[in-house]
Amino acid sequence: MLLELDGVTKHFGGIAAVNDVGFEVRKGTVAALIGPNGAGKTTLFNLITGTLEIDYGSITLNGKNLSGLKPFQLAAEGVTRTFQNLQIFNSMTVLENVMVGAYLRSKKGFFRSLISYPARCQEEKKIREESLMLLDEIGLAEAAGFPASSLPFGQKRLVEIARALAADPCLILLDEPAAGLNSAESEVLTGYLKKLRDRGTTMVLIEHDMETVMRAADKVIVLNFGQVIAEGTPAEIQAHPEVIKAYLGEDEKIA
Amino acid sequence: MKISKYSGLLIALMLLAVPLAAQSNYLYSILIVIGLYTLLVHGLGILMGYAGQVSFGHAAFFGLGGYTAAILTTKFAWTPLPALLASVLLPGIVAAVIGRQTLKLRELYLALATLGFGILVHIIFNEGGELTGGPSGISGIPHLAIGGFTFNNDRDFYILVWVLLVILMTGIKNLIHSRTGRALCAIRESEYAAENAGIDCALLKLQAFIFSALLAGLAGGLYAFYVTFISPSPFSFHASVQFVLMAVIGGLGTFWGPLLGSMVVVALSEVLREVVPLIIPNAGGEYQIIIYGVILVVLMIYQPGGLSGIKRYFRRNPNNIINSSSE
Repeated sequence: MLLELDGVTKHFGGIAAVNDVGFEVRKGTVAALIGPNGAGKTTLFNLITGTLEIDYGSITLNGKNLSGLKPFQLAAEGVTRTFQNLQIFNSMTVLENVMVGAYLRSKKGFFRSLISYPARCQEEKKIREESLMLLDEIGLAEAAGFPASSLPFGQKRLVEIARALAADPCLILLDEPAAGLNSAESEVLTGYLKKLRDRGTTMVLIEHDMETVMRAADKVIVLNFGQVIAEGTPAEIQAHPEVIKAYLGEDEKIA
Repeated sequence: MKISKYSGLLIALMLLAVPLAAQSNYLYSILIVIGLYTLLVHGLGILMGYAGQVSFGHAAFFGLGGYTAAILTTKFAWTPLPALLASVLLPGIVAAVIGRQTLKLRELYLALATLGFGILVHIIFNEGGELTGGPSGISGIPHLAIGGFTFNNDRDFYILVWVLLVILMTGIKNLIHSRTGRALCAIRESEYAAENAGIDCALLKLQAFIFSALLAGLAGGLYAFYVTFISPSPFSFHASVQFVLMAVIGGLGTFWGPLLGSMVVVALSEVLREVVPLIIPNAGGEYQIIIYGVILVVLMIYQPGGLSGIKRYFRRNPNNIINSSSE
């Protein structure tokens, strides 16, 4: 089991934003986290990536307890993410954005960066080439030298995913990757996610677009009011009465 | 690409040789001041332009460097070279101590904290009694001597400062094209995303702060050995503002920005010093500040990227075409 959550709880004031959540993500699978707005999905992501600290419970990655680690330390453990509100490095080029993602794959500190020597140039070149390959995969190789701010919204999302992949992570968290995309862009995204899954990348994604969820996920976890109300395959979830209730409200007898 | 790279270097070397031919002490002294400021503003540029952390207290580090060199040589009979090393290191240590706390602050709060620090240190220079010599400062600082060679004239000092500057700028060039340079930019753009990409933002910001303090200390130490006299007035809040001004005017986050900014501000203050009294006979130094202010405002309106950004008007760059068509 790659990622295990057990009894994870987070309070904001008196409100339990995430309450006793437990689920597992198997290596090489895609789990989708769905639920109405305010269900606690992004909070859960923030807990997994260490942006927020958990109050109770535990999160383990490959059996290692992650609690107390800061986001940059979690990235070193192999957890990277994308953001619901784009966090692209706007004034940097598209390629540089992806290269920042590969930060942990070289080791040079601040003061040693002042000196350049051939071995480092090799390392830089390798990271540059691999980042270009990632861009090529999402069809953005030609935009590599453009400032990231010049890209349309949908492509920025793809750059964020490429940046998250550049770290060579063991787990990627995607926070609403399809939000705000038009259907053509959404198509490209879903295709890419499937490709990543076939390659064995473990992903957890938050998604509202059921189409994407059904096509890309192996397993769906439904959150409502901070709690897991259902868990299963996409087909099981679609037929689950609790889920229908959470999304559509309860049936009311018309008098 | 290769050719233009080397031609740039060649032009730079030729420009550096011009003053040697001119043999003018006035020109040397101006260029020394520009060189010293550029050393400092490069550090500030890394901190502000790359890491995105504003400091209004760098005159304090500049002054700490100057006073360290002055006090160690005149009161404790240190030889100049170890004193210069100490004047680099001490501001770095001070930055390490105060940076850990202050860099947790963001934007305006950081600007205010560094401003407070700058004022505090300036007061210490003024009220330091025997040690700092109070408002009248310390005189009789020896000339810098390295291994029997004494830098006791403007020409030698000019060469020293600019050789150091070229070495520093080579380092800066490496830095900004390294993973560290990218990471610093990432912090400026989105600390949240940088942190999640594995960048230890707190550490890197602290290192950038220390680095900028080391350079300010170096500039201050060299300044003390050049002028051989030191007093609190060049290290006031006004100086801190001027350093920020140089960084901004030159262009934040650019390689040539610090040099351009220092040149323009120094040249401008020389010109203003000559011209303003001709127009307004009783004018004091405050008129310079007003004119700086006007220039800064005009620049920020028409050229927010600083002077380094102007070159894009002369170069057909596909990126700019895309920018202008999408906005």
